[in-house]
Amino acid sequence: MSKEKFDYFIKGEKDKYEVVIGLEVHAQVLSKSKLFSGSSTKFGADPNNQVSFIDSAFPGMLPVINEECVKQAVRTGLGLNAKINNYSVFDRKNYFYADLPQGYQISQYKNPIVGEGKVLLDMPYGSKEIGIERLHLEQDAGKSIHDMDPSNTYVDLNRSGIALMEIVSKPDLRSPDEVNAYIKKLRSIMRYLGTCDGNMQEGSLRADVNVSVRKEGDKKFGTRCEIKNVNSIKFMQMAIEYEAARQVELIENGKKIDQETRLFDTKKNETRSMRSKEDAHDYRYFPDPDLLPLKLEQKLIDDLKKSLPELPDKKKERFIKEYGLNVYEANVLVSEKEISNYYEEVAKLSDKKLAATWMMGDLFAMLNDKGLDISRSPISAKHFAELVQSIKSGEISGRIAKEVFEIMVETGDNPKKIIESKGMKQQSDPKELEKIINEIISRNKDKVDQYKAGKEKLFGFFVGQVMKLSGGKANPQLTNEILKKLLKG
Amino acid sequence: MSDITNQSLSEIIDNVKTKKISSLDLTKAYIKNIENAKKLNAFVTTTFDLALDKAKQFDKKPTFNKLLPGIPLAVKDLFCTENTKTTAGSNILNNFIPSYESTVTKNLWTNGSFLLGKLNCDEFAMGSSNETSHFGNVINPVGDQLVPGGSSGGSSSALAADLTPATIGTDTGGSIRQPASFTGTVGLKPTYGLCSRWGIVAFASSLDQAGPMTKTIKDCAIMLEAISGFDKKDSTSINKDKEQYSKNLKDNIKGLKIGIPKEYRVDSMPKEIDELWEKGKKILKDLGAQLIDISLPHTKYALPTYYIVAPAEASSNLARYDGVRYGYRSEKGKDLIEMYEKTRSEGFGDEVKRRILIGTYVLSSGYYDAYYLKAQKVRQLIKKDFDDAFKKVDSILTPSTPSSAFKIGEKTNDPVSMYLNDIFTVPVNLAGLPALSLPAGVDKQGYPLGLQLIGKALDEQKILNIGYAFEKNCGFKNEIKKWWS
Amino acid sequence: MSIDKEKIKDVAKLARISVNEAKVDSLTKDLNSIFKFIEQLNELNTDKVEPLTSILNQSLRSRKDEINDGKIREKILKNSPKKNEEFFVVPKVVE
Repeated sequence: MSKEKFDYFIKGEKDKYEVVIGLEVHAQVLSKSKLFSGSSTKFGADPNNQVSFIDSAFPGMLPVINEECVKQAVRTGLGLNAKINNYSVFDRKNYFYADLPQGYQISQYKNPIVGEGKVLLDMPYGSKEIGIERLHLEQDAGKSIHDMDPSNTYVDLNRSGIALMEIVSKPDLRSPDEVNAYIKKLRSIMRYLGTCDGNMQEGSLRADVNVSVRKEGDKKFGTRCEIKNVNSIKFMQMAIEYEAARQVELIENGKKIDQETRLFDTKKNETRSMRSKEDAHDYRYFPDPDLLPLKLEQKLIDDLKKSLPELPDKKKERFIKEYGLNVYEANVLVSEKEISNYYEEVAKLSDKKLAATWMMGDLFAMLNDKGLDISRSPISAKHFAELVQSIKSGEISGRIAKEVFEIMVETGDNPKKIIESKGMKQQSDPKELEKIINEIISRNKDKVDQYKAGKEKLFGFFVGQVMKLSGGKANPQLTNEILKKLLKG
Repeated sequence: MSDITNQSLSEIIDNVKTKKISSLDLTKAYIKNIENAKKLNAFVTTTFDLALDKAKQFDKKPTFNKLLPGIPLAVKDLFCTENTKTTAGSNILNNFIPSYESTVTKNLWTNGSFLLGKLNCDEFAMGSSNETSHFGNVINPVGDQLVPGGSSGGSSSALAADLTPATIGTDTGGSIRQPASFTGTVGLKPTYGLCSRWGIVAFASSLDQAGPMTKTIKDCAIMLEAISGFDKKDSTSINKDKEQYSKNLKDNIKGLKIGIPKEYRVDSMPKEIDELWEKGKKILKDLGAQLIDISLPHTKYALPTYYIVAPAEASSNLARYDGVRYGYRSEKGKDLIEMYEKTRSEGFGDEVKRRILIGTYVLSSGYYDAYYLKAQKVRQLIKKDFDDAFKKVDSILTPSTPSSAFKIGEKTNDPVSMYLNDIFTVPVNLAGLPALSLPAGVDKQGYPLGLQLIGKALDEQKILNIGYAFEKNCGFKNEIKKWWS
Repeated sequence: MSIDKEKIKDVAKLARISVNEAKVDSLTKDLNSIFKFIEQLNELNTDKVEPLTSILNQSLRSRKDEINDGKIREKILKNSPKKNEEFFVVPKVVE
């Protein structure tokens, strides 16, 4: 792949501006029960049916931490090459909201469980490192539903108390594309680790986006605005574009940018100030007296480190080395754990390079078309490998392979069976091919003469006829050879 | 049989075990007393039907091997009781019926006792005179103009008036020991973490502790044994084996070192408090204990520290009372924010609001370091004072309060003078230590006075033993005329 | 440091308690006397003192990741001043 140059700037009337972006990603921890209570975290239950007295903050209720959530945070921290803090503290972040039953969120403020780390992005202009500032554990809030009743808001606390990891990046991102790559990379790492399912539709991954702009070349950051709770990559990108343009316009008109919390209106495609949050900025953090400091034994951290799976960056290196893939192919094939598993299974049984080409081509197109994850692919890795091998060995041509592939999708049958039962095997017997070619020559004497007289373009016509007569099964390479030889004769 | 209700809990237990009285008759005797004592206003809720039912059940199938066999008990209305209204003395919870039972009360019931009613207290346990309750003042049986102390004022009043054989309160800054002292009864604040806080309406989480209020030390040991113990539902509960405080109670204190801290002599203290302290020292010395002068240099700063830490935690703990999921909701608010503001303004009383404002202020941006952080540093120093002292002594003897029970309304207009009531009790909560208030004498008006024994963390047995020996040799007798019935 | 009426109103707003205008004066007086008392702490130099985070000298105890709570909607909603069969109901929130 050719290296492009980074070029994302907002052009104002006077100057060119660089966009500076930092993300606070909220990732729901994969665990059976909530961070401080034993109720289920399962998505989609009936309203208020996964709520305990703790989640709904009844008088006298006390939090007890879920050990799995702590481990998940440590695993994620390790996956982000981050420092794990042996000592961390849970604080209360105090504010009032209908879906925040305690009147405070248990979070970590001064002493998070995970410190600085980094994430590598592969951009068209090369690889880029994004710094991680910290990762901390906190409680998710419930949900306020505003559209079921004209004069009331309904409150569902099923989500209240589910563990979240807030992953705060450094302000290292510079474009919507980098944000896209960053979110995908984070999600990929967490899915490999099994610490977050990354499902943005269900809200298990969402982000607050901090945006500021500065003149190209300036060292000092501009005033930033925080766009709250954006739940898709597309919306993040749209919000950033809108917000950066808004800020540039303010600057160029000599106006001041207020540091504030904004909301992205997905219908109007614009950001606007969230007045309801204005006086809630004073969160009055203090250590939660219902909980003690969390002290992690080094052994626990070491054991978790040993049990981590191979992560995308390592796997990518290995795929390049072991399977001879290029960087682009390796990147695509490691992007999801399930894809990489599928590929490795196929590659073990067939040609590694051809397998990659066919997976990234026809298989992905079909899955995309049907809206399926690879884990639900109608073609098993074993069958797919057989198909690749049939192509490689010359048993079928690429064109026939596409037909076989279609039938495999429909029936789930193995390719051998399809090729045999439908007689789709490639015609590679020279004697048989000669028979076909002689037949065509005898039928098209006039064209043969024209060809011999120098109209070489007609060669394609003869190939086409051979294919037609053989039902597409003629081995193209052999056809070429024999056709050339016989046409001369 | 003469009036059983003026006996001690342990005597009553013996009478039940030896079938001298049935649980039903015992329960009826208390119900009669309660009905005759409405003037004291000690109860917010009575559960007579439930109690009579349980008593009958007990008598049908008695389990005498339990710690509290067939004993009816009233408890402070800060403990959540399943299917029985729990108010915390507040309008904001005036209709709240929990579907769960606090660990501490559950422990009482599994030990054979049952609920007689819920006792009045200062609103959210914030007060030293039981004058902040939404359900009105409680009267001290010692005198009809006197406060019973607070915040466990309903508990102390009911106990001293023979309306319950023993009870439990909670102590955040003295709320068990001060009312015990004002009513001539025994009150123990256990080590932080010894009794579960699960299911107790929270005031200040790092200071709150439930504890027994009884007529005698032996009763206190029985009750502590019943309510204490590890609870995995409370992250601040201490995981240790249960102790048999009553069985291990002994009155030999020969050779024990008792610390006398010079900082507990305050300027405004009446002479009789000083004399009481001297009397206490003499009793312990005569019993063979060794008196050692010690210093707890940061004592003076305990109360200011407390009035930062406790309101800060309370401001956050009380944020959940917002009219959404339970309790009172004002109908006046037109949007969510107004609904909150009206609900909380109408639902909380003045003292609670005052403390929420103090707490919000000391945690707010720009003030945190000057107040909250500073207080947590001073708290460290106060804890260290005790750590150092306990390298030299087994227990510390001080007065429980700087005065005897005061008159209703006497201090309500001056919050600081009210707060000063807890000057001797608060340091113990800040350091998480156990402390016992013992009735030790009366002032010249005949009002009871108490002395306080402070122990090392988890050293409840030792202070109970000292108290046991003291009680036997002090000669104090709580003589309350039943003027109300 | 003295606290003025405006500050008290700000703090009350933050604490979501509406303050009756008639009571602001006495509240201001009370809070100022309390803060005067509290500020005795300023006599102490605590520069080198670590703040106390917990009185208990132990680490946080954790529980196993098991589902053993929830599915009690009726009990959760029972005490609510305004609810329907599934939800808590509050006055409209405007973002």
